[in-house]
Amino acid sequence: MKFKLNVWRQDNAKTAGRFESYSIDGITSDQSFLEMLDVLNEKLVGDGKEPVAFDHDCREGICGMCSLVVNGRPHGPQEHATTCQLHMRKFTDGEEITIEPWRAGAFPVIRDLVVDRGSFDRIIQAGGYISVRTGAAPDANAIPVAKEIADRAMDAAACIGCGACVAACPNASAMLFTAAKVRHLNLLPQGAPERDLRVMKMVEQMDAEGFGACTNHLECEAACPKGISADFIGELNRDLATAILRSREASKNASAGG
Amino acid sequence: MTTRALSLTNTTIGKKMVMAVSGFVLFGFVIGHMLGNLQIFMGPDAINGYSHMLHSTPALLWGARVVLLAAIVAHVTTAVSLVRMNRAARPVAYAVKKDVATDYAAKTMFLSGITIALYIAYHLAHLTLGFTKGLHYQPSLDANGLPNVYQNVVSSFKVPWCTAIYVVAQGALSLHLYHGAWSLFQSLGLNHSRYNDALRSSAVAVAMAVCVGFVSVPLAVLFGVVK
Repeated sequence: MKFKLNVWRQDNAKTAGRFESYSIDGITSDQSFLEMLDVLNEKLVGDGKEPVAFDHDCREGICGMCSLVVNGRPHGPQEHATTCQLHMRKFTDGEEITIEPWRAGAFPVIRDLVVDRGSFDRIIQAGGYISVRTGAAPDANAIPVAKEIADRAMDAAACIGCGACVAACPNASAMLFTAAKVRHLNLLPQGAPERDLRVMKMVEQMDAEGFGACTNHLECEAACPKGISADFIGELNRDLATAILRSREASKNASAGG
Repeated sequence: MTTRALSLTNTTIGKKMVMAVSGFVLFGFVIGHMLGNLQIFMGPDAINGYSHMLHSTPALLWGARVVLLAAIVAHVTTAVSLVRMNRAARPVAYAVKKDVATDYAAKTMFLSGITIALYIAYHLAHLTLGFTKGLHYQPSLDANGLPNVYQNVVSSFKVPWCTAIYVVAQGALSLHLYHGAWSLFQSLGLNHSRYNDALRSSAVAVAMAVCVGFVSVPLAVLFGVVK
């Protein structure tokens, strides 16, 4: 198969980027999108040129490293798949393919197609954890969890933190990511003691990173390789409102008590 | 523990909740206004009497005006702040971007909002404050000695361009209401997968009903159904 590639090239966060066009031939339909880029890079290196920088790690759809907006869609045209799971058979021979990085102020470009997703890490650091006292490991089934709750928490926990939701959102909002991470823990008894603090801190960090607001386009849900539902965003909103109400009440009681 | 209290309205989520609550208030007003307007089909006495009732109950009239003004100020200022934030969140635009889930109404909320704001200014100048009365109508009294609202409406909407402004504005309003109606439940966290689809269909139905209810008046006049 033959393709014409328009690839975003950018030296670093400080310089302006530009598109460069490459023609590539001899690609088989069984090759993955990233393997196609490997072939391109071999060729560029052979020609003494800089290879295209792009993120990847496990190449089996679970690490959340690969990104790329392919022909205007994060992770390309295949539903519920990451870029590494995308194969060239999804394209037609001779097709022109435009490849861009995730575009968001909170995801600055490091080089070419690689963006810095440290803003997601900082949201997790703000509250995406549970505090556990060290000691002997508790029995796995010591805390009963209803099947429906466990399933729902697992649906949220499927988030691999790739950032496709931000890339797809017209407002570059990180609401689906934050909602999935907050709800995953807030649904479970292990996460319950810190649920209010968790949602407030994670939303505060999300805003501080400069992501946009949710205007309910639902593009995030459609782009998510793990099919995470935007219903979690509504649940996040509910969690935040109740957390703030409860924290106000708590601070009022605390000041009244002395 | 943090000692600093997080204020809801300082968060993007809180701002969306302000949009939802103020939008809900304005939505309620729009429905009431539409139902009030339909009294035109019951003849001059009904609508003139209704108008007189509103104007002779200052608590109701000014109470409603104060609440509406507060809702509009909250809705518009929050919208401007959110739009600025959202535009700043993506400094470099995509060369190619395909939307797969969103719709026209959602994408044009800011535009339809501006259209509605301009229309409200014209509408108030036209029928509430009477600035454009020379252009459309001469104020008069009806047989009962009440201000003849019915006559104002009929003379105005016989002017095709005046009717056209109202019809276009109602188109923008119905798009805005459709997205707002289902979206406000999501923003307030009142969504549930069990009734999300029903919410969407109801939003379409309500937006259409409001649109038809409002445009029926100017169109009825223009086509001579109401004389």
